[in-house]
Amino acid sequence: MTGPSTSAAHEDVTTGVAGGDGNASATRITPGNALRPEDIALEVRTGAIRPTDDAAEYALRLGDDALILAQRLGHWISRAPELEEDVALGNIALDQLGHARSFLTYAGGAWDKSEDNLAYVRREHEFRSAHLVEQPNGDFAVTIARQFLISFYQYELYRHLMGSTDATVAAIAAKAVKEVDYHRDHSAQWVLRLGQGTDESRRRMIHGLRLMWPYVNELFDEDPLTLRLVASGITVAPAIIREEFDRLTGQVLADADLEVPDVPAAPGGGRRGEHSEHLGYILAEMQVLAREHPGANW
Amino acid sequence: MAQHTTLSPPAESSLDADAAGLLADAQAEFDRMMAEDSRIEPRDWMPGAYRKTLLRQISQHAHSEIIGMQPEANWISRAPSLKRKAVLMAKVQDEAGHGLYLYSAAETLGQSRDTMMADLIEGKARYSSIFNYPAPTWADMGAIGWMVDGAAICNQVPLCRASYGPYGRAMVRVCKEESFHQRQGFEILLELSNGSPEQKAMAQDAVNRWYAPALMMFGPPDDDSPNSKQSMAWNIKRFSNDELRSRFVGMMVEQVKVIGLTLPDDEIRFDEDTRTWQHGPLDWGEFQEVLAGRGPCNAQRLERRRQAHEDGAWVREAASAYAAKQRTKQMDEMDQVA
Repeated sequence: MTGPSTSAAHEDVTTGVAGGDGNASATRITPGNALRPEDIALEVRTGAIRPTDDAAEYALRLGDDALILAQRLGHWISRAPELEEDVALGNIALDQLGHARSFLTYAGGAWDKSEDNLAYVRREHEFRSAHLVEQPNGDFAVTIARQFLISFYQYELYRHLMGSTDATVAAIAAKAVKEVDYHRDHSAQWVLRLGQGTDESRRRMIHGLRLMWPYVNELFDEDPLTLRLVASGITVAPAIIREEFDRLTGQVLADADLEVPDVPAAPGGGRRGEHSEHLGYILAEMQVLAREHPGANW
Repeated sequence: MAQHTTLSPPAESSLDADAAGLLADAQAEFDRMMAEDSRIEPRDWMPGAYRKTLLRQISQHAHSEIIGMQPEANWISRAPSLKRKAVLMAKVQDEAGHGLYLYSAAETLGQSRDTMMADLIEGKARYSSIFNYPAPTWADMGAIGWMVDGAAICNQVPLCRASYGPYGRAMVRVCKEESFHQRQGFEILLELSNGSPEQKAMAQDAVNRWYAPALMMFGPPDDDSPNSKQSMAWNIKRFSNDELRSRFVGMMVEQVKVIGLTLPDDEIRFDEDTRTWQHGPLDWGEFQEVLAGRGPCNAQRLERRRQAHEDGAWVREAASAYAAKQRTKQMDEMDQVA
């Protein structure tokens, strides 16, 4: 995993800031021709693709989840328990950032906005991230608990989205699913290690799962948008993903001799722009420099 | 089996003579390999001082990569575009990777990563002083990439031919990635220099602040660098500090014009007689101060590393305990099969 995602990031530099490969297609990916946000941006600019308003709203949700998670995970780089984890968590953050850039670029196509415009100029209530990804990193077990939940959710979601009737959503999901499969493996291995390692690690893992579990339900909420998207075949019914999510996370927890925490679910609200108290701080830090220099190129 | 005979111990003097003879042979073999400029591998005999010098250099290099992650990680959360954020993340991640290869190379000389990490945290080991300077603005990401990584490349490309195999091979990959790092720094400065007046001023300010510290990364002037001679004799170091510094100045002089900024040194000139680039005086007093621990960020950098290491102790213990349990389980299963 380290190879593909970092080398993809490296290639961006050599192609220059404007980027975009006229021969690449946002809806067609082939081996060695990975889908890049620049390619999507080019197709959006030339009018080759344009999301419907519903698809754009949906891409915004997916992009915001990935962006806020990347922002959270990026904090671990230079602070992880082992150098190997600096690399692993950095890699996962990079993958998520890549997915965010693709989804946001596509979403922005509906409103003539760039990925940076959406990331750096929107206000808190305009973000659509779920509360789970906004939760603080906590200790390593808390971060792993969050990773465990989000990666199993994203994997099932992206796996189904590969068959989306929206070709761009399907193409982004096809690239993302391979990367999220690794995130799933990474988090599951740590749930096993921490759950069965020492008394202290087990106590911390249980605590981490209890802290994060209240935010699971929101990921599978149905609202008028998801109902319309399911009807048009752009996405899959959340209940279908939930079933697989419960089954697979349940297996890992059983292997780790852990239980699904018995904690009340939080109401969520991120999809409507009602966020946890944490998001304001995340955005303040993320946007500070860009907002100091409105309209600047970097 | 051979018939049992009583062995009487050889006289002590003959043992010493044998050992001395073996040692002389090993030293002669080592000297021959140095003369042929061939490579020493971990299982080869090497003089104690050679091993010690390499261990010090490689572990310092590894520590520099790890501490060097901090000033840049400081800007990941605030990078002003998503593309820059991605590139910066990839870069800092590369540095963790460089630390890993280098610690592994150092481990082949017989010291564990844990010991090296403990030496770093306890302040017994050194790392490049450059990372004790702060990175207060986004333009520092450009200046660090272009100047600090640029200086590192001048230093490290010749190290790909270092006589110790694991070090030289690690440096090949490190250098490939460093050249990407330098390009991204160059690109950040270029973009800022062509941006708003505030952006351009930010870029010039960063170049002004990093110029002298970057030049001092090559170490003291040749007259004042006692260890260089031996390292060159051992084919670890290929060029002197001043030679490398001159080469670096020459590289920057041309590139800064493309960027559209200036270097804060009006004494830079090419000396036709010595065919070297000359620069203005450097404040070696400041260099010694930072080296002695009295730089702007020495305490902060070490504390951050110490905290990450200590906060992660329970995770590392859990991973070891889990691995041990898995081994026991596998052995029990094998016993049952048997």
